[in-house]
Amino acid sequence: MSDFHFCKVKECVVMNIDWLSFTPGSSLIGGMLIGLAASLLLLGQGRVLGASGILLSAFVERAGWRQIFIASVFITPLILMQTNIIPSNITPVDEIWRIICGGLLVGFGAQLGSGCTSGHGICGLARLSKRSLVAVVTFMVTAMLTVALLGTGINS
Amino acid sequence: MTFIIPILSGALFGAGLLVSGMTDPSKVLGFLNIFGLWDPSLILVMGGGLIVSFLGSRWAQGTQKPWFDITFSWPKKQKIDGALVIGSAIFGIGWGLAGICPGPAIAGLGSFIPSIILFFLPMIAGLFLGHWTRNFWESKNVG
Repeated sequence: MSDFHFCKVKECVVMNIDWLSFTPGSSLIGGMLIGLAASLLLLGQGRVLGASGILLSAFVERAGWRQIFIASVFITPLILMQTNIIPSNITPVDEIWRIICGGLLVGFGAQLGSGCTSGHGICGLARLSKRSLVAVVTFMVTAMLTVALLGTGINS
Repeated sequence: MTFIIPILSGALFGAGLLVSGMTDPSKVLGFLNIFGLWDPSLILVMGGGLIVSFLGSRWAQGTQKPWFDITFSWPKKQKIDGALVIGSAIFGIGWGLAGICPGPAIAGLGSFIPSIILFFLPMIAGLFLGHWTRNFWESKNVG
């Protein structure tokens, strides 16, 4: 990781792809399920699937479709993981401060920026929204810079 | 009011996040680690999601009204403002720190892994703080 400056120029130019972790099949299928979820919510209820916005509204607004949606997003993976239909493969970062600060900044930024990975990334880009394009490029760049500066934080 | 759509959509969203690998912080951080050992999987998550969502949006845009509601609630804002850019930049820093974004934070809770719960609670606090900040920002920048 940190011996970047020792490497030869040729090695630095070529991207270092982690083929062992690459999961094209499940990632494509999972992505399409996410797209299907967004399409269904839009066609059925006329709503944009933005996880952060729906979650906040579920806390402050009266009982309605949002609480049902959030409950379903929580319960479905719970059943799939606990019954081992889909084994949970979750490795969090080691440092606690990264988790706590990460949560705070993700929540804060998603609200200030009117959306997150689902609302801007999946729904906004699909509607060819300029605001969403700016949002996605911005958070991709700062996220990649954060990892470039601090590393992935996973050593196990 | 029918709850079939939010139940089904939520189930598909939750399952999709789990299957795609988005609920695994190490997977997400492997994608964000573009200058290191890079896992390109998330391009396929986004690509697959966008293709289906694009078709769904096109279908919706050609429809008078949604199946179970009176009208489509399209986002109203058009302007690229400071709140959008600064908010997104802060969101990205948080995403790069923990490798978790809001959807997977909800979907990952069912693993009962302490770190995921430890991410979820400050995220809720952040959502409220961000919401108030945006309201304050917009009240100061009207017209």
